[in-house]
Amino acid sequence: MSELARPIERRQTITAADQERLRRQLSATWYVPRGVIGWFSVADHKTIGRRYIVTAFCFFIFAGVLAGLMRLQLAVPNNHFIGPDLYDQIFTVHGTTMMFLFAVPVMEAMGIYLVPLMIGTRNIAFPRLNAFSYYVYLFGGVMLVVTMLMNTAPDVGWFSYVPLAGPDYAPGKRADFWAQLITFTEVAALAVSVELVATIFKSRAPGMSLNRMPLFVWSMLVTALMVIFAMPSIVTCSTFLLLDRLVGTHFYNPAEGGDALLWQHLFWFFGHPEVYIIFVPALGIVSSIVSAFTWRPIFGYAAMVMALVATGFIGFGLWVHHMFATGLPALGLAYFTAASIVIAIPSGIQIFCWIASLWRGRPRFHTPLLFVVGFVAIFVLGGLSGVTLASVPFDLQVHDSYYVVAHLHYVLLGGAVFPLIGGLYFWFPKITGRLMDDGLGKWNFWLLFIGFNVTFFPMHVLGLEGMPRRIYTYPDNMGWNTLNLVSSLGALLLVLGGALFVYNVVRSYAWGLAAADNPWGAETLEWSVSSPPPVYNFLHVPVVEGRCALWDRSADAPIVTGIRSDIREVLITDVMDAEPVHKTEYPEPSIWPFLCAVVTSAFFIGSIFTPWALPVAILPLAITLVGWFWPKKRDREREAEERHEEAERRSRPVPTMREARA
Amino acid sequence: MIRKSGCGLPRAQSRGLPRVQSRGIRDSLWLSVLACLAASCTGNQATFNPHGPIARSIANHGWWLLLMCTLVYVAVMIAFFNAVWRRRRDTDDLPETARRLTRNVSIAVALTVVILIGIAASSVVAGRGLYSPGGAGALTVDVVGHQWWWDFQYHDVTPSDVFTSPNELHIPVGVPVVIKAMSTDVIHSFWVPNLMGKRDLIPGIVTNTWIQADQPGVYRGQCAEFCGHQHAHMALNVVAEPMDRFQAWVQHQREPAREPSTDEERKGRDVFMQSPCVTCHAIRGTDAGSHVGPELTHVSSRLTLAAATLPNARGHLAGWIANSQSIKPGNRMPPNALDPADFQALLAYVRSLQ
Repeated sequence: MSELARPIERRQTITAADQERLRRQLSATWYVPRGVIGWFSVADHKTIGRRYIVTAFCFFIFAGVLAGLMRLQLAVPNNHFIGPDLYDQIFTVHGTTMMFLFAVPVMEAMGIYLVPLMIGTRNIAFPRLNAFSYYVYLFGGVMLVVTMLMNTAPDVGWFSYVPLAGPDYAPGKRADFWAQLITFTEVAALAVSVELVATIFKSRAPGMSLNRMPLFVWSMLVTALMVIFAMPSIVTCSTFLLLDRLVGTHFYNPAEGGDALLWQHLFWFFGHPEVYIIFVPALGIVSSIVSAFTWRPIFGYAAMVMALVATGFIGFGLWVHHMFATGLPALGLAYFTAASIVIAIPSGIQIFCWIASLWRGRPRFHTPLLFVVGFVAIFVLGGLSGVTLASVPFDLQVHDSYYVVAHLHYVLLGGAVFPLIGGLYFWFPKITGRLMDDGLGKWNFWLLFIGFNVTFFPMHVLGLEGMPRRIYTYPDNMGWNTLNLVSSLGALLLVLGGALFVYNVVRSYAWGLAAADNPWGAETLEWSVSSPPPVYNFLHVPVVEGRCALWDRSADAPIVTGIRSDIREVLITDVMDAEPVHKTEYPEPSIWPFLCAVVTSAFFIGSIFTPWALPVAILPLAITLVGWFWPKKRDREREAEERHEEAERRSRPVPTMREARA
Repeated sequence: MIRKSGCGLPRAQSRGLPRVQSRGIRDSLWLSVLACLAASCTGNQATFNPHGPIARSIANHGWWLLLMCTLVYVAVMIAFFNAVWRRRRDTDDLPETARRLTRNVSIAVALTVVILIGIAASSVVAGRGLYSPGGAGALTVDVVGHQWWWDFQYHDVTPSDVFTSPNELHIPVGVPVVIKAMSTDVIHSFWVPNLMGKRDLIPGIVTNTWIQADQPGVYRGQCAEFCGHQHAHMALNVVAEPMDRFQAWVQHQREPAREPSTDEERKGRDVFMQSPCVTCHAIRGTDAGSHVGPELTHVSSRLTLAAATLPNARGHLAGWIANSQSIKPGNRMPPNALDPADFQALLAYVRSLQ
């Protein structure tokens, strides 16, 4: 008999014994499978999110080592430490890994872990798809690392401009590995984005209407929607490239009526939003940290949300500023100058709102807030250099020079990685149950902050002195020697800072202070559950009474009852007001998504070598998908029951949100 | 006077040794002045070291941009650190304070918009001159990108007057020169920071831009679009000369290659014609006519070798011919294992191609 039919009790009548019984039943229902097969079957968003974060940081370290090698090579002129062939692979894999295997996945991973907790639901929507996306991402990333270790890594840049990446000028399989890596990450990112949008739109706790959603959730929503709109463009362009290379089409071959510039339009139509896909979640992290460490709600919530959404839209209108030097018509370029300048306005609004929040609050300088301070100091500079790049004449001088290298690291490392590391210091106690060491954290911050500026600030000057990007060495008499050496020494500090971060994570994970449920006194729902959260997230699905879920919670806050605890049932609410609409059952853990990811990966890698991979892969793919979606016996029984319930539901509102005030 | 002798020289060259030498001295003087200019000028690819009208308008605009951005940065940082470190007051939580904050944030946003409009306007003004040259009847040069060298093709109505000048673009001072940008393989980007911004060379697309130098000098440029392994060593020199010197240079370049004047040079020419050299390089006036690699008709009149990678000296030339792969790994020229005597003869011949 379903709990729906049971009379609903007032909260004070729920006894400790009932709570314990519910806890045990939920733990059993939302179990995390054990054993080797169990390990590959997990569909819990927290487990998958943790794996995503750890994996992304492994790729971050890998790409960071590559960056260190580049700085070694460029420390002195005419260096013979690394030859052009290896250097080209290194900078290509560095850029590709940072963009596709670190920055986007790690931000989505934060969403996977935090969004269900922040909006008060038990798991992410489509949990098996979530597991599938992780394995596809993992296999794609491992493929790229293996190509690097085997000296067959892509060497045509993370942007793979044709015809350089085309069949005539990139012999071998290097460029194909790049194109298929993109396919891997596209599939993974699209899957996660669909899950996040569905979760945010349909499973927010009752009361969390859109205008009460935490800014972090807003930023993940904007990001996920941007991924959904941007990815088709790169799917198209990388598939065209593969077809040109594998089966001899001529999409990009000007000799046969193709167009080399088509690649650039398609790539940057994705590539520029990509930058915001990385950066927007960081804005959400910053807002979370600022409000937690000032104990005040973020100033100008509505303006912040509008700014995020505006960034999402305008981000799609600037791609041509990567192509100012191609000789496009001047009037068209003027439009993109205007759009590129306009996007500074929402960023400005957010910076001003954070400044107002800090002004109004009483900031406590723990490590996470320090990283936010570092973020503002770095990001504002990066944003301003971005404004200068929007100007066509100035861009013609600094485009593809080290000025751009400086700019992009200021906005991506400073604008996204600093908040991310701050965010990890912030949520580490929630994820692991232990606090990170604050003293080491401050050392960590200062090493990274100073190292970052020493490494990347001189690059502005180098660019203005005419040093182009992507050169493996440079002559002695250009006046670039000193600044390059300074930059390389700064990279040493960055390496130390990164190592200290890893050390702090490992040390705190093993011996850190045990964390309370809400060690910072923060406002969002994830802090209302234990650290680390139980597998089912919330014993009772909460009801949200205000914009700051925990700070606005009354002493006798209502809870949602009527959700079954013997099956994986979750509450579905409506998009605007999060009114309960109906309930649905999430699937059990399953090995099939993993198997499906294995087959998919084999297909992707196989199609680098032969088009026959597609017909060969179809059958095993179909088998794994059938296994994935095979209904359980109980499902069929429940269908009859649900049809009956559906008839009942039409006559009365379900489930109930019970006011339990004394 | 210089112009006269300059004009007369290419023809005089073949007549007798003394005249050639006298020309050689004058020219090598001029060359050494240019080379000194090229070598002494550190920061010679700097955006803020303009020597032409386009680069100057960009540099002026750039100073203004950097000034505005610095001011904005300082203002934001003052506001930010004031917000972080200021002394807290009891009135902070009053509604009036919130209203004041809203007003201040709105003012800041409005100021941002005003500054951005100013930047956009400045950008439009600075960008006006980028697209069409100021003077009429300008000289036109085709700039063709290759992996990893540049070909500058000078056109003329008389087909025999068409010539190319690999890796060295000569332009007259004070006159706009139209650049027709194109590529035969991958995308490159033509960039001479002292004179102009970038223009991509894209296969299948021909675009026009222009360049002008205000003072004589050698301006280094470099490929700015990643184009493969030797992207780092794809540089060029723009040699800006007074009109008379430029015309003398044009006259000279139009000449076919100088005939070998010594036995060794004659032997060197035979070596050239019988070795793999001839499969890629052209020397006008001989049977060598392949345009896979740079034309060598006047190779020793140039400042540099290997796309402005090496100074043009006998030792560097020898190293380059013997094994260019040790200098520019991955470039299209194979190593040449020649008999030492043949090799010396070949060197003598190539060095004679003034």
